[in-house]
Amino acid sequence: MKEENLKIIRTTTWSAGPGCHGTCGVLAYVKDGKLVKVEGDPDHPWNQGRLCSRCLAMTQYVYHPNRLTHPLKRVGKRGEGKWQEISWDEAFDLIEQRMNKIREEFGPESVIFTMGTGRDIGAWICLLAYAYGSPNVMFPLSGIACYSPRIAAVETVQGDYCILDAAQWFPKRYDDPNYKIPECIIVWGYNIPASCPDNVFGHWIIDLMKKGTRIIAIDPRLSWFASRAEKWLSLRPGTDGALAMGFLNVIINEGLYDKDFVEKWTNAPHLVRSDTGQLLRESELVKGGSPANFVVWDTASKQPAVWDSQNVAYKQNDVKPAIEGEFRISLANGTTVTVKTVWAVFREEVNNYPVKRVSEISWVPEKDIIEAARLYAKSKPASIHWGVPIDMTPAITPTAQAITALWCITGNLDTPGGNVISRYAFDAVAYALPGAEGVIRLKSKEADKKRIGADRYGPLNKFIWRAQPDLALEQIFTEKPYPIKGMWIQACNPVAGIGLDPKRWAEAIKKLDFVVAVDLFMTPSTQLADVVLPAASFLEKDGVKSWWIPLQTINKAITVGECKPDVEINFELAKRFDPDLRWKNIYELFDEIVKPSGLTFKQLQEKGWAFPPQGHPSAPYHRFEKGLLRPDKKPGFQTPSGRIELYSSLREEWGLEPLPHYEEPPFTPVSQPELFKKYPLILSTGRRSPVYFHSEHRNIPWLRKIDPDPVVEIHPETARSLHIDDGEWVWVENWMGRCQLKAKVTPVVPRWMVMAAHGWWFPEKPGEEPSLFGVWESNINQLISMGAQGKDGLGAPIKNLLCKIYKVSEEEDNA
Amino acid sequence: MPEKTRYGLLIDYEYCTGCYACQVACAQEYGWPAGMSGMKVIEVVQELPNDKAYLAYLPFPTELCTLCAGRTKKGLEPACVKHCMAACMKYGKVEELAQEMGKKPRMALWAPR
Ligand code: SF4
Ligand code: SF4
Ligand code: SF4
Repeated sequence: MKEENLKIIRTTTWSAGPGCHGTCGVLAYVKDGKLVKVEGDPDHPWNQGRLCSRCLAMTQYVYHPNRLTHPLKRVGKRGEGKWQEISWDEAFDLIEQRMNKIREEFGPESVIFTMGTGRDIGAWICLLAYAYGSPNVMFPLSGIACYSPRIAAVETVQGDYCILDAAQWFPKRYDDPNYKIPECIIVWGYNIPASCPDNVFGHWIIDLMKKGTRIIAIDPRLSWFASRAEKWLSLRPGTDGALAMGFLNVIINEGLYDKDFVEKWTNAPHLVRSDTGQLLRESELVKGGSPANFVVWDTASKQPAVWDSQNVAYKQNDVKPAIEGEFRISLANGTTVTVKTVWAVFREEVNNYPVKRVSEISWVPEKDIIEAARLYAKSKPASIHWGVPIDMTPAITPTAQAITALWCITGNLDTPGGNVISRYAFDAVAYALPGAEGVIRLKSKEADKKRIGADRYGPLNKFIWRAQPDLALEQIFTEKPYPIKGMWIQACNPVAGIGLDPKRWAEAIKKLDFVVAVDLFMTPSTQLADVVLPAASFLEKDGVKSWWIPLQTINKAITVGECKPDVEINFELAKRFDPDLRWKNIYELFDEIVKPSGLTFKQLQEKGWAFPPQGHPSAPYHRFEKGLLRPDKKPGFQTPSGRIELYSSLREEWGLEPLPHYEEPPFTPVSQPELFKKYPLILSTGRRSPVYFHSEHRNIPWLRKIDPDPVVEIHPETARSLHIDDGEWVWVENWMGRCQLKAKVTPVVPRWMVMAAHGWWFPEKPGEEPSLFGVWESNINQLISMGAQGKDGLGAPIKNLLCKIYKVSEEEDNA
Repeated sequence: MPEKTRYGLLIDYEYCTGCYACQVACAQEYGWPAGMSGMKVIEVVQELPNDKAYLAYLPFPTELCTLCAGRTKKGLEPACVKHCMAACMKYGKVEELAQEMGKKPRMALWAPR
């Protein structure tokens, strides 16, 4: 390579390209304006020079012959695959006119703005939707069952989210003097080699293992971690909640929890009425008392005392609250009631899960449950890193409450090497994950009232600023309470990837009056649009990465065709839909986003990345003690009571069970014994491939060669009994439908379960209907229904289903 | 004639995760078409007694591996070693790597050239 015309641009991965949520530092080698190579940035504290296969394949990605490089307008029928190239001006004019028409006739909420896994476009799709006036930004996975539910559940309990501590908060990483290596990590439903989901670089856990961390792996499959774990718990898919309750049972009954923490920082002493089963409020105790305040039993004065939630303190002096016990209390209305402490009712619930019962539910041997619980509780510090299977059950919230209770009561919250509260660096928010509010907002609270599901589901009202996708899909057909007429689909593939019951999604999209898709390649979903806009990869744009730490910029290295960055596309249209838009250009917007860091976008770009300093609310540790979490600077948490709510006052308000517990998912051998006779195998889906991100990358030659076919993993004995050989095509079928996958016969799956790869379509097959890039051949989501979301609108059964499996007959094979 | 120093790759396959970064890094560095690379990652699933199994991956240097002669001459690490997500590969003199190999189990030493 001649070095003269070679430029090396330092940038950050996020968004289109590798497809991850990561924050890898990347060096883009550009010669005469063309990308020739991508390398990991050795100076970047996140990846320290490493890089995954997907990012290393970027040269094949950005210059792919099928890259969309011009705006396209549909000229044939929907799905017919007939397109005409148009200019950006024509495209913008057309979209403006068609969408204005819908807004005038039906209101702005009649257009849904839907995104895939979000990445950097999360902010920009909100910018556009909110400028247009629609509150309906959507992540179309049933029950929003990816990450948001976990965040919302954890915030329900402790007010802030938290994640595995791999010293990612410090420029010196593991060498920072404040950091401690976790003695033990529970890797709960997470498979590393494949992915860096949830903005955690998966291989950090391997760095820690080399430094001595021991692993407890919870996974039905023999994952990489399971092979190397001190304890491997191969649970029945979907029973995580029971297992977590079992752990709590062992830890509490063996006295392995941190009593000081429980007494001081949780709502353990608050009183619960035995007659109503609800928290006793000050308003019930004394006339004029506040319903936001709670009551404890003061063992010193032998009478009730009041917990003032706003002041995060007792109203009386020197209160010594009882943690255990049952008391009789006279109320303001003259009646007397029996009350118990939260800790007492929490323990009663936990005691409903003796290890024997948990073992029967989860199929994990009793001994393993006990030993794993002890190992976790006795390791100091210890951390839990969880994956998406937690979200993929309708009872996500009670499951996550139980797991949250584990790191809280063992004293591992916001401690070095534990589970550390994760905030946006400097509290600078671009992409507002649940609970956060950034600079991009709807104009009025009033406009948010029409958001689909916000009135029905507590967490959607309180934390998650998204439309509920199961309701939204139905609403497209019923047109109630109001019609949906348009859809803006950005970096999202509901027909091949994120949509369950994908034929219904295709039907829904086709029913709409006007559909725009923004993507880098034609997909089965873009194929159904009226206008398709070519988006840029991360190498072709400037942007801000503000998700946890550090704060950094994405820096443009190259230009490809007429592709535009999502932020520029959305900004141009946002200006057209909202003449009062606050920012003159995207750089003003970036400046405002990064402002809390004290830097301008330009300065941050020059610096590369910025870490918040010690003492900043977004930097660890022990922030709840130092008063760094609450806006009023008082020690405690941002929950209604200011305490960790082992018994959730929010869930109580929402009319849902306030305590963690287990609920059997809807399509299992236990809940559907009749179906199980017909479909005798547990179907789990979505194990990760190291070379793909969900439905992406099937067209990248280097990557496709490594993982060429959609596979279903079957245990050798099961395969033998079904006369299936390794590498044979099989039908995987249940009551919803069937699809064809290639059998991979391997003992990594239990005998009673098969694991099907997800997100499959074939970019090499015809794009027009009925083929739609062969999406109906192997898309496993055809076996999964929409509409089975949890009681709080979150979570969906995606990894705990039933199926049968049989060989594709020879005739079918030849057809 | 003094013997030429030989170089090799030390693999700690206890930590190789099968991420395929090495395989694609090599293809990118040398512009190999899909299916060709100086490194090929192999999955090994070994069934063990008592219904157990062990899942391992091993990066295998193929006929196309030049040990990154050009890069290493400039003092750079081989492309695969540099990008290895698990940092489980090391480039060096065969004798030195062999010494290191004695220190822990589940190691392989490749001297492809
Ligand atoms: S997937 Fe992981 S390694 Fe690859 S670019 Fe993203 S963060 Fe980096
Ligand atoms: S040492 Fe160089 S040539 Fe050999 S496999 Fe690694 S990257 Fe390829
Ligand atoms: S890059 Fe490293 S961890 Fe990944 S497959 Fe190659 S040797 Fe294994």
